[in-house]
Amino acid sequence: MTILGLPEEEYVMSGNAACPGCGAILSLRHVLKALGKKTVLVIPACCTAVIQGLYPRSGIGVPVLNMAFEATGAAASGVVAALKARGKKDITVVGWAGDGGTADIGIQALSGAAERKTDFIYICYDNEAYMNTGIQRSGATPYGAITTTTPILGKKEHKKDMPMIMAAHHIPYVATATPGYPKDLYEKVRRAKEMKGEGTRYIHILSPCPPGWRYDSKLTIKMSKLAVETGLWILYEIDHGKFKLSGPSKRFLDPSKRKPVEEYLKLQGRFRGLTDKDIEEIQRWVDENWKNIAKMIETE
Amino acid sequence: MSKIIITTGNYSAAYAAKAAKVDVVAAYPITPQTSIIEKISEFIERGEMKAEYIRVESEHSAMAACIGASVAGARAFTATSAHGLTLMHEMLHWASATRAPIVMAVVNRAMGPPWNIWSDHVDSLSQRDTGWMQFYAESNQEIFDTIIQAYRVAEDPEVKMPAMICSDAFILSHTSQPLEVLSEEEVEDFLPPYEPPFDITDVDHPVTHGNIVWPEPRGDASVGYMEFRYLMHQALLNAKRKIKEVTKEFEKKFGRNHGDLIEKYKVDDAEVAIVSMGALAAQAKYVVDLMREEGYRVGAIKLRVFRPFPDEEIREVAKRLKALVVADRNISYGYKGISATEIESALYQLEKRPIILNFIMGIGGRDVKPEDQRKMIEAAFNIIETGQLEKEAEWYGLVR
Ligand SMILES: Cc1ncc(C[n+]2csc(CCOP(=O)(O)OP(=O)(O)O)c2C)c(N)n1
Ligand code: SF4
Ligand SMILES: [Mg+2]
Repeated sequence: MTILGLPEEEYVMSGNAACPGCGAILSLRHVLKALGKKTVLVIPACCTAVIQGLYPRSGIGVPVLNMAFEATGAAASGVVAALKARGKKDITVVGWAGDGGTADIGIQALSGAAERKTDFIYICYDNEAYMNTGIQRSGATPYGAITTTTPILGKKEHKKDMPMIMAAHHIPYVATATPGYPKDLYEKVRRAKEMKGEGTRYIHILSPCPPGWRYDSKLTIKMSKLAVETGLWILYEIDHGKFKLSGPSKRFLDPSKRKPVEEYLKLQGRFRGLTDKDIEEIQRWVDENWKNIAKMIETE
Repeated sequence: MSKIIITTGNYSAAYAAKAAKVDVVAAYPITPQTSIIEKISEFIERGEMKAEYIRVESEHSAMAACIGASVAGARAFTATSAHGLTLMHEMLHWASATRAPIVMAVVNRAMGPPWNIWSDHVDSLSQRDTGWMQFYAESNQEIFDTIIQAYRVAEDPEVKMPAMICSDAFILSHTSQPLEVLSEEEVEDFLPPYEPPFDITDVDHPVTHGNIVWPEPRGDASVGYMEFRYLMHQALLNAKRKIKEVTKEFEKKFGRNHGDLIEKYKVDDAEVAIVSMGALAAQAKYVVDLMREEGYRVGAIKLRVFRPFPDEEIREVAKRLKALVVADRNISYGYKGISATEIESALYQLEKRPIILNFIMGIGGRDVKPEDQRKMIEAAFNIIETGQLEKEAEWYGLVR
């Protein structure tokens, strides 16, 4: 029996070392179902480098090239070039990196690869901090979150808008996703795969992380959904420059349909230090993001 | 058929990459290397060279892309200098530990600040422990020939390690000399197409490359991290033998021999020899000839390969010498010249060791003329006579 019509093949094997309730590995599971066997992953230093398991085994059923933290986009470019030189056309090269490896240290290599129209898919699984090294602040950490490098006051800046940075590269496909909506995620990866030959496709997956966000591991799907329902995380795709809100996010264009951000924030220990003013600031930020989205939809 | 042209050191490197039929080039401009990759761009855009060229956004990415290409079954090439090379540092370790037989042309240039684009060997010598083979060329022909030879050695199943071919900024990079360009057919005869040790794109036999390995053998792993490193070390030791075999075979095929690990020049009956790297090794031979005419028993040693280090080879020559002049176009701050420290450590095994006189010279492209090398050699003869070595390492030509 298939669930939600997703393929039965599993490429994320049992025995991988993810924490219980890990949103990243759940996302990877759906991603690989969408990509299938003819996929090569390039993975930098990040949680997944550990999750995949120890030599000589692997908990991932497709080839994996482990790479230095900041070099995913570049190493993937090399794999793509070699495939081209050798006339191998049916393999999809995929960079799979965390938010730190994408929005911070790896942004240069990614930007270069995208600008060169490198024919690959780059997926950022965003758990909103450097989790592998023990929950330090990243450029993708949200305002107010406590991390081990913002231990008392919390982060003072908002999250870097990585998908829009990638959209500014005018690549054929940019999409956001989160594992609480597996069908949406699956279809976006399928879409990106179909665009093989057209250049770089970018997918940014908000991936809840129980130890990093400090919530009960059974609540991962709830966190993922609440992020969307509060409007904090907006699901959309930009297909050849055309912006489209995705199904689950559509109704939240109407501010009255959005849950207050507090409902999401209060369930997570990382936001324990927020004052009422901080919560107001986050709400303001969310509403402002949506105004920008509304403008984009209007101009379409 | 080969043809003889007159061209620069940089173009010689570009012609070699073309002759070696590299599949993927990933590179980033930096003076004085830039004309290598400009020439390659020209070859590719003219359709004379069939390689994928990745115009990366940094040298760090250049090396990462070469690694990706290499594990995906391509013969990869890049070129850089100084700041580009040192920016790559992390990826140099990554390349050798990936066992990716990448070949890179390095045009030696001084490190800033202050900015200086002239020759200095600190950039590549600072990469000593990255697991890369290092060759230093004395002529444009040697740059060309060594790039071809280096692919043979690097891709050998018993080696599988990357190699850099170093040459001096401007002295070779922008200076024209006659060059015999071997044809792709001639080269292919000597350097068969690349057979990757494994292929990361083989989806029917998926492998994971580079996942975590513990210090000790553990669980299903019959080896730990240390064994991987031992294999790399063995590979570079194997490379010593391979370099000798390959240079011999090259000579048989093409009639040229630039030395294997070292090149010895008139050392058999010499009392003093001068050790040099790169272009100054060529000038040293000229100085030896002049001084021999005056009756000096002097010879020259070219340190052609710096890693793997030719310790036995140097011992073999040095045991017959009274003094060794080691001319370093580099400095290890707080100690002495880098090749001098390596040579001294190799000679420690000898019962009877020659006096070693180390000169730090030519830093940041400062000119070293034949008369300068002559003075260094004369100093060694004086010390033999007086028996007095005042300073182990001397900065030659320093303005005080
Ligand atoms: C050049 C370099 N700097 C620092 C590190 C240490 N490091 C490894 S993983 C990591 C954080 C990864 O964060 P992210 O990309 O968000 O992935 P996550 O661990 O959260 O999955 C850091 C800082 C490294 N491996 N390389
Ligand atoms: S720390 Fe977070 S992202 Fe990393 S494995 Fe655990 S749950 Fe997954
Ligand atoms: Mg992270």
